[in-house]
Amino acid sequence: MAKSYVSTTINGEAAEYLCEPQQTLLDVLRDVVGLTGSKEGCASGDCGACSVLIDGTLVCSCLVLGVEAEGKSITTVEGIAQGEKLHPVQQKFLEHAALQCGFCTPGLIVASKALLDANPNPTETEARYWLAGNLCRCTGYDKVIRAVLDAAAVMRGEAS
Amino acid sequence: MNYIDTNLKVVGTRPIRPDGVDKVTGRAVFAADTRASGMLWGKILRSPHAHARIVSIDTSKAEKLHGVHAVVTAKDFPDIANEEAFVGEGPMNFRDLSLNIMARGKALYEGHALAAVAATTQAIADEALALIDVKYEVLPFVIDVEEAMADNAPVLHDDMFTGGVTPKPTKPSNIAKVVTFKKGDAEAGFKDAEVIIEGKYTTKPVHQAYIEPHACLATYSSDGQITIHSSSQGHFMVRAYTAKLLGIDLANIRCTPAEIGGGFGGKTLIYLEPVAVALSRKSGHSVKMQMTREEVFRGSGPTSGAAIDIKIGAKKDGTIVSVRQVLKFQAGAFAGSPIGPGCMCGLALYDLPNVEVIGYDVVSNRPKVAAYRAPGAPITSFAVESALDELADKLGMDPLTLRKKNAAKNGSKTHYGVTHANIGFEQVLAAVETHPHWKTPVKAGQARGLACGFWFNIGGESSASVHVNEDGSVSAATGSPDIGGSRASMGMMVAEVLGVPVPRVRTTVADTASIGFTFLTGGSRVTFATGMAVTQAAEKVVDELKKRAAMIWEIPADAVEWRDGMAFPAGSNAGAFEPLDLSAIALKAGRTGGPINAEVSVNAQGAGAGFGAHICDVSVDKETGHVTIERYTAIQDVGKAIHPSYVEGQIQGGAVQGIGWALNEEYIYNDKGQLENPGFLDYRCPVASDLPMIEAVLVEVPNPRHPFGARGVGEVPIVPPMAAIGNAIRRATGVEMHDLPMSPPKVRAALDAAGK
Repeated sequence: MAKSYVSTTINGEAAEYLCEPQQTLLDVLRDVVGLTGSKEGCASGDCGACSVLIDGTLVCSCLVLGVEAEGKSITTVEGIAQGEKLHPVQQKFLEHAALQCGFCTPGLIVASKALLDANPNPTETEARYWLAGNLCRCTGYDKVIRAVLDAAAVMRGEAS
Repeated sequence: MNYIDTNLKVVGTRPIRPDGVDKVTGRAVFAADTRASGMLWGKILRSPHAHARIVSIDTSKAEKLHGVHAVVTAKDFPDIANEEAFVGEGPMNFRDLSLNIMARGKALYEGHALAAVAATTQAIADEALALIDVKYEVLPFVIDVEEAMADNAPVLHDDMFTGGVTPKPTKPSNIAKVVTFKKGDAEAGFKDAEVIIEGKYTTKPVHQAYIEPHACLATYSSDGQITIHSSSQGHFMVRAYTAKLLGIDLANIRCTPAEIGGGFGGKTLIYLEPVAVALSRKSGHSVKMQMTREEVFRGSGPTSGAAIDIKIGAKKDGTIVSVRQVLKFQAGAFAGSPIGPGCMCGLALYDLPNVEVIGYDVVSNRPKVAAYRAPGAPITSFAVESALDELADKLGMDPLTLRKKNAAKNGSKTHYGVTHANIGFEQVLAAVETHPHWKTPVKAGQARGLACGFWFNIGGESSASVHVNEDGSVSAATGSPDIGGSRASMGMMVAEVLGVPVPRVRTTVADTASIGFTFLTGGSRVTFATGMAVTQAAEKVVDELKKRAAMIWEIPADAVEWRDGMAFPAGSNAGAFEPLDLSAIALKAGRTGGPINAEVSVNAQGAGAGFGAHICDVSVDKETGHVTIERYTAIQDVGKAIHPSYVEGQIQGGAVQGIGWALNEEYIYNDKGQLENPGFLDYRCPVASDLPMIEAVLVEVPNPRHPFGARGVGEVPIVPPMAAIGNAIRRATGVEMHDLPMSPPKVRAALDAAGK
């Protein structure tokens, strides 16, 4: 089958690639573009390890086709930090030890950023429901939720 | 040296882990993140039948497909003799493992590997699998453990004669072995009992459900050298199994540990690596393999489901006088359930005069079980801790008081022969009693449950090295895959001994060619055993640094002392010299004897058993049967927390896996013996919105056998949740909860059955 040409933006930079029509955005990111930060945990949209933002909207990249990225702006975990400066969510994940194996972490970082972009002052319950699409088997979520709420406080200028 | 009760500067603090930034930025390299030049994709064909004779496998069409470079079946692997394995965790047999990674003669469960292909793309590999023509003779199958034990059950292995019984049976069966543990006289003990509780409990197989599917990249070179990059709990384990299953010398295989995306015991054995090597050997290309989530569920893990009978006899004052327990564990298609620990762990918490435990290791047409966090212990403790709660009610006694009355202490002899030493169960129970959660009255509409748990913890073989670099910075390496922050704790122990700040020490996990043998990451052994090795290596380096300073100062080595990361003359008699730090000594290393480093290998003994107690408050929606965890506290003796955040994380994560086991997780089979829920949508792991915060309380009773007092912490926390939750539900509803999972339909059905 002929490959499709896709012109898109990935982490703020213009990008283009050829992909099979049936290839998921996750496979394209990992195997064509070479950004392996997004992980495949299930390929069925149940674990959230492949979470990315498309034009600011949180999606599972395993449920999106590579061709659907045409003309869109994709943000992956590799695009969350500004150069060497970590995003507050990333910094707080480190400080709170909110990761153990780290495999679900990219998806949780992207999903948490999306939460705080949409809701700068989430309650614990709101954070728990927003992140319910991101499975973590190591942490029991406790330190994850604390890190996200702490990052929110930092972004509001109420904590450091 | 022993640092317990010394003034520690690093151990016990919470520095940021050395691999942290890579993991929050997506840079960390997991097994599926690597590529090799000219790489092919390997995929596995799996049996759709629960039990079938393989009449023939015709791979000719697949081989002819453009883009396919190799197809392998069992014919491409040596026929491995029946031999107990010396690697891995839990009982393992090389022949069984070989048959598990590639079926020979019979497919023993739905999902059993039959053939594998290597092709230029994943899509071509999938297409090739569809072209493989397998002819089956479908056989009767058995899924349930007690049905598998029945006389007329379909037999999986015609050479399986139950071990542990005399005389040896004349007819094969699905009971691989029977194990018995006895202390005192259980029958006589029951005659002294004033109150007796009896119950039957069942648990379902549950998967470890690490988020990272199994993956590897293997390269076979024409000179016979093999490299494997894979995700496992032990790259030395991967090397040993791969070598054995392919008939290759260990020295010809170099295994590099990828970052591991969770394991929980499920990556203490292998599935893909020998297949990838065989495909690479046949194709002449590197081969990458990666399981789908469905394959993970159908073809790897889980832990045993079980049926358990228990009888407990006690005096009216709560003194337990006798216990009898019968455990039947599903092993999956091959022998090797955690029946041993299952028989030992549940009753190890209590000082009991009379005990009889009988355990059955039973095969059935399910995936071969793998270790899962305290293998066997959560299953047996569900029965023991639930029955104890019912006993407490029957005695009119508080459940904590009942446990305190019977708790094992130092000197208590277990029914499996070991006498407890240096344990902290009484301290854990004391911490329950004083904890605000326990003291706070239960809220209206809620109920509270308590349960306890035990795990042995292990030590074993570990290697570690410490190098002082030319500039005085320090590189430490161990052979233990870092599954949850161990690089941080290893580096901290080195920094403490050397007296330098944590960032001066960089810790890595070295490949099999770069460090001495190290047993896998399992049994909660790494902080204990590998921590011991790395501490001793750092101490050797300190000795060397003192020698070098002595040479620089031209004084005897014993006239030098080391403190705060510097060499000082020991007292005024030694001379007046400015202290020398690592940089100053490293700078002159070339003139004082060369590089400064040490590698230490240990076989660590005295791991120090772990005990925990969990308190949970639940509410039950009687209309739907849905259980909400309202508050959860996990209290555990951790010896000494090297990095308390990661210790808390182990406890919180383990507790939540237990909550999933209690409330939702199970393997569901259809009437054809096929798994119906091989995905995260229908295999329901806990998500963030299911849970409250999990309060982890660290009780520190130092383990004198570890330089800093550490004991394993990772396994105990999965043991108590099922009974803690079941006990809370029972108190909330008045209905006994004896069958896992306590999912909404099951709870609703139990309420219906009780007319509530």
